[in-house]
Formats: sequence, structure tokens, C-alpha cells
Amino acid sequence: MKQFEKFLRSRFAAALLAVLVGFIVSAIVLAIAGYNPIQAFAALFKGAFGRPKYVANTIIKATPILLTGVSVAFAFKTGLFNIGAEGQYIVGTVLATIVGVKLNLPMPVQIPVVLLSGIVGGAALGSFVGWLKAKFGIHEVITSIMCNWIAFYLCNYVVMSDTFHKPNSSSALAVNPSSYTMILGTWKKSAAGKEFLAGVPWLREVLLKTDLNAGFIIAIIVAILASIVLTRTKLGYELRAVGFNRDAARFSGISVERNIVLSMLISGGICGLAGALSITGTSPHTITLLAAMESYGFNGMSVAFIAACSPLGCIPSSILFSALIYGGMSVQQVMGAPSDIINIMIGTIVFVTALPGIAPLLADMVAKKRRAEENVRVSKDGTPLPEKEA
Amino acid sequence: MEVSPQYAVQMHGITKRFGAFTALDEVDLDVRKQTVHAILGENGAGKTTLMNILYGLYQADEGGIFMNGQQVNIANPNDAIQLGIGMVHQHFMLIENFTVTENIILGDEVCGAAGVLDMRKAREEVMALVNEYGFDVDPDARIEDITVGMQQRVEILKALYRGAEVLILDEPTAVLTPQEIDKLIEIMHDLISKGKTIIIITHKLREIMQSADECSIIRRGVYMGTVDVKQSSETELASKMVGRNVNLTVEKTPAHPEDVMLSIRGLTVKDERGIEQVRNLDLDVHAGEIVGIAGIDGNGQQELVDAICSLVKATSGTICIAGQEIQNTNPRNVLNHSVAVIPSDRHRWGLVLPMMVEENTVLERHGEDLFGKGIMLDYDKLHDFTSKLIERYDIRPAGCEEERMSGLSGGNQQKAIIARQVSYVPDLLIAFQPTRGLDVGAIEAVHKTLIGERDRGAAILLISFELDEVMDVSDTIAVIYHGQIVGTFAQGTVDENQLGLLMAGGEAQ
Amino acid sequence: MAMGSITRRSLLGMMGVSALSLAACGGGSSEGSSDAASAGAAAAAGESVKIEMITDTGGVNDQSFNQLAWAGLQKLQEDEGWEVSYLESKQDSDYMTNLDKAVDDECTLVWGIGFAMSEAINTVADQNPDVQFASIEGTNENDAENLTGVGFKSEEPSFVVGYIAACMSEKGKVGFIGGMESETIQAFENGYYAGVEYANKKKGKSVTYQGQYAESFTDAAKGKSIAQKMIKDGCDVMFHAAGGAGVGMLEACNDAKVYSIGVDQDQAALFPDYDTIITSALKRVDNAVITVSKGLIDGSMTGGQNMTLGAAEDAVGLAETHDKLPDDVYQEALALFDDIKSGDIVVPATKADLEEYIKSL
Repeated sequence: MKQFEKFLRSRFAAALLAVLVGFIVSAIVLAIAGYNPIQAFAALFKGAFGRPKYVANTIIKATPILLTGVSVAFAFKTGLFNIGAEGQYIVGTVLATIVGVKLNLPMPVQIPVVLLSGIVGGAALGSFVGWLKAKFGIHEVITSIMCNWIAFYLCNYVVMSDTFHKPNSSSALAVNPSSYTMILGTWKKSAAGKEFLAGVPWLREVLLKTDLNAGFIIAIIVAILASIVLTRTKLGYELRAVGFNRDAARFSGISVERNIVLSMLISGGICGLAGALSITGTSPHTITLLAAMESYGFNGMSVAFIAACSPLGCIPSSILFSALIYGGMSVQQVMGAPSDIINIMIGTIVFVTALPGIAPLLADMVAKKRRAEENVRVSKDGTPLPEKEA
Repeated sequence: MEVSPQYAVQMHGITKRFGAFTALDEVDLDVRKQTVHAILGENGAGKTTLMNILYGLYQADEGGIFMNGQQVNIANPNDAIQLGIGMVHQHFMLIENFTVTENIILGDEVCGAAGVLDMRKAREEVMALVNEYGFDVDPDARIEDITVGMQQRVEILKALYRGAEVLILDEPTAVLTPQEIDKLIEIMHDLISKGKTIIIITHKLREIMQSADECSIIRRGVYMGTVDVKQSSETELASKMVGRNVNLTVEKTPAHPEDVMLSIRGLTVKDERGIEQVRNLDLDVHAGEIVGIAGIDGNGQQELVDAICSLVKATSGTICIAGQEIQNTNPRNVLNHSVAVIPSDRHRWGLVLPMMVEENTVLERHGEDLFGKGIMLDYDKLHDFTSKLIERYDIRPAGCEEERMSGLSGGNQQKAIIARQVSYVPDLLIAFQPTRGLDVGAIEAVHKTLIGERDRGAAILLISFELDEVMDVSDTIAVIYHGQIVGTFAQGTVDENQLGLLMAGGEAQ
Repeated sequence: MAMGSITRRSLLGMMGVSALSLAACGGGSSEGSSDAASAGAAAAAGESVKIEMITDTGGVNDQSFNQLAWAGLQKLQEDEGWEVSYLESKQDSDYMTNLDKAVDDECTLVWGIGFAMSEAINTVADQNPDVQFASIEGTNENDAENLTGVGFKSEEPSFVVGYIAACMSEKGKVGFIGGMESETIQAFENGYYAGVEYANKKKGKSVTYQGQYAESFTDAAKGKSIAQKMIKDGCDVMFHAAGGAGVGMLEACNDAKVYSIGVDQDQAALFPDYDTIITSALKRVDNAVITVSKGLIDGSMTGGQNMTLGAAEDAVGLAETHDKLPDDVYQEALALFDDIKSGDIVVPATKADLEEYIKSL
């Protein structure tokens, strides 16, 4: 019982349990709405992992939200609430598109340049928010929400501008193919590639039917780097100190202003990279006219909070989230349930998962029960009994 | 002891564990009705834990609680309040921009028909309480506008308003001025005469002698017995608490002052509202001496320290460290001049509570190559470094390197700060309220450390609101009043009365 | 939310049809193919038919094209017993993967709703030559034999509402606000203008026409200020083809209590607060989906075309809401559709055709 209690208090258990509770609650919702929850979850799982290309798509769709998740987590660990991940992501896509369209360098140069431009875009917007906070004390939540809209309209402006608008479409021109980061991008479409792939059906499916790209690998590296920077470097140490206790950090000779800007710069840069990777890695390889926020940043926040703001935790959490969204689409397809029910299901899972302290709550209940048993032993004769033999 | 109605509160065989750590091990407490019962123990001994159990904030793993001879079950603070237990925490839980009345009725609002708040009736009830107990509190004042002592009285009123018969006061004097402490002791005696029972958590021996009837002593979670205060002495209580004989007087050799290390000339500092808090202040501290600044809180001490640290801008004047001007630079520059500061508010200025102990012990120095080459921070080196400090300065619990700083008791947090600051081997050590919230054993250690640093050759600037401390430790005593040094004396050439007069703005004789 | 999706829907639609109109001018491709015939064959052989649609990011309840298309599919399910389903896209990057999922589901026919999906559906159609695709407002760009682009003759309902506008105008002046100038939007304008002239001729009126472009499909404030200016100039019936900017026009008309005419959907029902909307020029996406689905599956249509549907196919029409319209005007307007169907009236879409048409009156 005690060991169970201890397990419940661990962070891993917290996440696991929250997901479980999320599924149970949404199962109830589904059942009330008249759909078989087992069937629904089976459809969800099959839709997300049922075929090699689905797995690939789940991973592809996890890439941007892993990065925005890491970005939010990174900022949060340094005491900043980067609600502007959305806008930084958008600026990343915009700059990557601009540079990717205008430049056509050899691939080994082009790809880093395009990705870097996305990073610069996101970092610029992020550090602007940080600067406003450091210099004028304006709360980052307010400024970054505003920056989201600036980015949003910047994107639409660029899409519709004479230079970048693709005629008779709602999108900008696609970036030059030398920017593409799809795995074996040119080979898979060549005659030799097609011939080889014809013999390996699963690989053919994964490569030809999806935009499998290097993004997720880069994202994982970024998550690891973010984790190292936070926990193993002097920079991360300073960032966290500033985040947890600004006064003590200042007192200790750490420049609070510089670190706030730096934290937002890094956080924004990661989002910008997410945007750039979406452009280089997935079709249509360009930005389109936005009617509403695409929620990459906001989903990133969910990813980060499911992961308790651990950059490494964002890796499984982004895959979970991506699977829910991508696999969730199949639930409708298979069961004919209205998409609202599916959205409620996903929402419930995310909501419960993000609720902090469900597992500790259970641990408390276990502890209370144990105590109640022991208290009975105490009160019978008024003196405490020795502990039960383990 | 037998369960009997003559006791307001009895706690028998209380055991509380946090993970593998046993905070309380079969502790007993028997509080007679209408007495002031002190609970004495070192920092981290488990005093506050015991009271949190009584107030329902924690649940005991073992043991029973009895009130007036009846066993009671206290699962949460609401149960405790129902049973007539009130608690005043060390850190007040008041809403700053609410009035006194609003704070007192919060959570127990007087409502008229249809649940409408009846502020007039509430105010009347509060006034009745204020008058009954003779408290000097304005029910319409905002919390942010009244003194700390008054805020404490509001907390006590809040408990009384909810019908508290047993009042728990957690370290009530830690934040008070000497005058306010006297006033509090008066209030406590008055409450006893009106039928209340008071439990006071403290490690200040003198206050126990002045206020308490009985005193229960806890040492490292173990109950050491209860003594009748009138039959006991400060020395006896101290040794019972620490487990060894404690020297209550500070022993030191005469100072050998050398060159001027800190020299302040004509310093003027304004606060955020533009009011001058430090006015044309001059001060010298030599290497090898301890200069103590005596004064009542709010006479410019905070601004003086902030200005030395370059946390605030000086309006005019110079601050020199070993001949170099450092005013209006930045904290990093000041630290680079071999200045170490023990801040007054350790939670605000001294520590990053959510970070590990070993991370806190290198704050300010984390950039040095000693703790990792280049951009990396070498946690193994942090660990080793911290282990040494933990051992040398007796920071408890041992092996807490990777615990969060917030898990340490207040006294051990303070020890960690002092250990860190002294580890810099500074030329100038500024100690601002270095023993705030510490028990006698720890105070002794801090004073020894300061004197040791002096003997090493450092200049020490001690700023304290505890007059005894300034008088005992300093080689030179300066009195600050209204942002100015109004008198400077060599140790032993001035008595408490003279200093007290100067501190209050009087003329020295 | 609803506003956002409407804005987007209208806007994308308007930009999209320009390509289609061009295709329509050249006439639909008449090439048949074995692949295209396979869908029909499947139905003939009595195999079960399964149709899935992929929504654009507006979602299935967008009160617009997605919702109409889904209503069309549901009707097919009722009438024909075909299996129907949909997949919602949440982001642009979902188009490809969702289309691909629909293919995996072994559908007879996959619908992509919305112009934004055009590129994705062309790619997927190319990858899956054995599946039939159709796209509302998308174009078959590469002569794929298994992709049908479906557009709308927006000039036809515009003509009818132009007629209504002229009939309803008291001050003798009607207005039009376009989004950005393009052939698509000109089709609205020209149809509308033609309708006004037709009414002048028929009823002996002399209603004048004023039109302006907002240079934006989203800027409601701009649409509103243009409308206010036009109202000041004396316009008392206003029609728009300007997406979100047009919503600003609806608002201005409501404020000034002059009549307005909605576009694409029944905007009187969408904006119940604006009580001066007398009618709307509709695209009947539901009917288009039904017509094209049936045609492709029973083999009467072949895949690989770009088609523009109009009154003849019941793919355009007038809004259900007509309580603010005198009955005789409403009936005359409905009758106009019959004239268009029968070919008695050929509504001009281009500027040149319009001039020709006016001369012929």
C-alpha cells in the first residue's frame, strides 16, 4: 500500500493516470451520447497507428507541436508564460517561406538558411515580447497575445502581396524544392526510387503517401538540447533562477532583464523553427491565407502542460496529442459519430490530463485510508501501537 | 499524562513522517486551560509541524488529540475552527488592500437577508471585539497602511472573531519591534485573564521567560519534557533545547582594525515614492572590525543596503570599496569587488526556493570555472562543494544537497545563505538581520562565524533590529535614525538606554 | 467562430472560381476513360457505394459550403442508401492526410470541399488513379481522369438579385461592393448589373448602378465605410461579393435601414440581427454534390472535367428567407431562373458579354 502510494506520487504516474482518467471520462461521454467507447478508442488507435503511414503521419503532425510544446515548457521553466507560441510559429512559417521562395541555393546551404530564417523570425517576435517585459514590465501574456495577431495579419499580408501571392489561389508561392526536408525527397520520386519501393510496400506507403521528413528528429534534438540547457548549463541555471525568484537573482548579480529577453528569444526561436520545419517538411510548402489561428502554439501549450513542462516529457506528450487529433478524425469516419463528440472526447482527455495533481489526490486517498485503519488501532487503548511489520 | 478536562489541549503520542523522514516521534503536549504554553525547539525541531497537526493542516500518522478531556478528530482547519482553535501564522494571511474589518470577517461574513453583506453590522461586531480586548486597531484602515504589529493584532482578532478559545501563535515576535513585543506580551496576558488559552511557538528564550507559564521542549522531533517556566532559567531552557550547554554571551577578542574597506560619504537614497530614506549618510567600516548599525526597522537600513548593492540608485554621495567608487553600477560589479551580503529577507533576496540546495549554495558564483568549464554547469562539483558547506555549517537535514531549498526549515535556509556568503571569502561582509528567525544554537553559530570572518581580516557591517545583537557582536556601534547615523560608539562605551533613546530620535546624553 | 469561417469560405470561393470560369469558357473536357467509368460500373454491378467528404478547416458545421455539402451527402444516403461519411480538417496540412485516409477507406468517390484543398486533391488524385475524386471549387489542373472540378455560375443568381434590387429600389440607385477585382468577382458584378438593366427594360424603370471594390475580402470596416458612402450617394439596395468585407456592408445597410442582399449563403438567416437583408444569391452546394455524385456513380458523367454548374442544375438559387420581399417580386425572380434554365436569358459573365447584353436589350 505504501509503495503504491509512493508510486502514485511520482511524476510519471501522474501523467499516466491522468491520461487513463481522461479516457475513462471521455468513454462515459461517448457512452452517454450513444456510441460504443471501446469501438471509438479502437478506431482512434487504428487511425493513429493502424498502418505504417498513419504512424508516419502521427509523427509528422507531432513535429510542430513538439517544438511549440518545448518552447512553452522552456519559457515556463524560466517563469514566463509564452502564450505567443502561435504567433512565433506563424512568423517562422512566413520568414521561411519568404527566404525559401527568394533564395535557391544548393540544398545543403538552402535548408539551414531557410530554417535559420524561421528561427530568427520567431526569436525576434519572442525577444520583442521579452524586451517589453524587461524594459517596461508589461506582462508577456498581454503582449504575446497581441503579437499573435500581428503575426497572423503579417502572414495574410505576405500571402496576398504581389511578390509572393500564387495567382488564383489562397496561398503564397511554394518554397524552392531545394528547401525540402522530406526524407529521400527526390529519390523516392525518381525512377530508381519508385522501382525499389515497389518491392517494399510498407516503405513505399510511408515514403510516397506521406511527407515523412527530418523534422521530428530535429525536434527531438531540440527537446534534448532544451533540457540540457535548462538543467546542465550556467545559462539555464540563470534563466531558472530569474524565473523562480527575480529579486534573489538580481541580488546575486544576475541580469534579470537580459535573461528575460534571452528566455523569450530562445522560446520564440524554437517556435520559429517549428514553423520553418512545417514549410520545408510538409506540403504545400508555403503559407496560406489564415482565417483563424491554426492552433499550433495553443496545442503546444497543451503538450507542455501534459508533460508538466519537461522538455523531454514533451516528446511522448506530443505524440499522444497528435495521435488524439489525427486518430480522432478516424473515429468520425468509422463510427459516424458527429465530430463534436470526437472533439469533446479529445478535449476531455486533454483537460483531465492537464489537470495537475490527480495522482497525488489518489495518493492522499490511499494515505487517508491507511491512516484511518491505523487510527482505529490507536484509539482503542489510547496509546499508539507499534507499526505493522512490513 | 492522563486525559483530563483541566487541559484545554492534549496531544498524545503524535508521530508524523514525511517520506523516510520522521518529523515528530511520539510527541506529547498537555496545555492547561488559561495558561500561556510555549513550545520551544530549534529550527526544524518540529514545533510548527506539531501545531499544523493541531490546526488540521497536517494529519498525524499516529496519536490522538484531546480537547477538554474529549478525543477530537481534526481533519482540516475548519474542524479546528469549529473546536475553537485559532492560529496566527508566522507569515500573515491577510489581504493587503482590504480593510481590517473586511479581513477579519473574510470567510465568515455577516450576511443580511438574501445573502447581502452587512458591512455595518460586521464593523460593529469588530469594534466590539476591539474594545473588549483593548486592541489599538482602526477597523477601517487598509492592511497595507498599518504596521506589522497591528497586522498581527488583526490576525489575532480574526481568530477571536471565529470564537477561538485556544490561540496558536507561530513565532509571533519574529517580525516585531521591541516595543511591539512588549505590547504583544501584554495582550497575551490580557487574553489569558479573559479565559483564553495560548500556545506560542518560539525559540526566543527571553520572551518565554516573560510571557509563558509552562514550556514544552522538542528536540529534533522528540519530546524532551515540560518545565515550569518560573522554576527554570534561560540557560536551562537553552541547553534542553539544543542538547548541550550554550554560551549565551558572545565571546571575542578585541578587534584589530586596519585600512578602511567600506567608505560612504554623503549618501542620499530615495525610495520608489521619491521620499528620502537615507539622508546624507557617512559611514566607515575598516578591515578587521565589526560595525553594527542599531536602529528601528524603517529608518533607512533597507535602502542603505540596497544602495551598497547597487540595487537602487543613490541620489547623491559616494560608496567606496577599498578606495574604488561602486555606487550606481550593478550588483554584479559590487560582488566583483569582493562584497558578500546576507540579505534580511532570505525568501525574497537570498534564495531561489524551488531550486535545489546545491544550486542555491552557488548562486552568484555559478559562473566561475570552479563549477564547470565554459557554458556547462558541473553538478558533481556543485554537490561536492555543497556537501562541504553542509557539514561545516551543520545545515540540516544532512544529505540535503538535492532537496529543494523550500524543504529546509527557516533556520537552515539562513545557515545555507551564510555558508554561501562566507564561502566567497569576502573583503566586506554585510550581514542584514543575519539571525532573524534563528534559535539560540544557530544564533551562536552565526555570531561565531561573523567574528571568525572579522579575525580573518574582513570588514563586517552588521545591521540588526535586535539591539542586544548589535551590542554583543559589534566592535563599533552606529545608530541609524531617519536615514542618518546619529551616533557612533566603541563597544562598551554606551548602554542600552542611551542607544534606545538615539534609535527613537532622542538626543544622546 | 461562425464569422471567421464564413469570411473564409466566401473569400476562398470567390478567388477560386476564376480559374473555373476560364475552364468553363473553354468547355468541359469530354474525354472519357476506363478509370472514370469504373465508378459507374461499380454502381451498376450493385456493389455498395461509399462516399466520403473532406471538409476544409471551417469544419462540418461551418454554416457554409461544408455543411451544405454534408447535407447533400446525407440526402444521398437517405435516397440512394449509399454509405456516406466525412473527415474534418483542422489545419491546412490535414488535407493530404485526410484525403489519403478516405482513399484507405475504399471509397467509391471522395469529395474535397473548398478551393483551399485544390492542390492537395490534385496530388492525391494523381497518386490514386483508381479512386474518383470531386472538388467543390477546386480545379482539375493536370487533366487527371479521376478528378472532377465543380464550380458555380455565380453570375446567374447575381442576375436575379440584380433584378430584385432594381425592383426594390425607391430612390433609383443600387450598389455593389466587390472584394478584390478578379474575373470571379466580375462575374457577380456583371450578372448583377445585367439584372438591373433587365429590370429597367422590363419595368420601364431607370435604376442606376454603382459598384466599387473593397480591395479586401476580410476588412469589414472598409466594406462598411464604402457602403456608407454609397448609401449617402443615394443607393438604397446593396449587394456584395466581398466575403468579410461584405459583412461590413450588411452592417452599414442595417444601420441606415436600407435593403441589402447577401451572397453564397442565406445571410438573412446567418445574421438574424440585420433585418434589412431581403434575399441572398445562393450557391447550392448540396444540389451540386448530389448531381455530380449521382452522375459520376451512375456513369452519366465522366471524371476528369471541370464543370461550372448553374440554374440548369439547380446549383444556384435564391435564399429561403424572403419574408421582406413582396410576393410578386419573389415570384418574378423565381421565374427568371426558369428563363435562365430554358436559355431564354443568357447571363453575361464577362465585361464584354455584359456590354453585348445591354445592347441587345
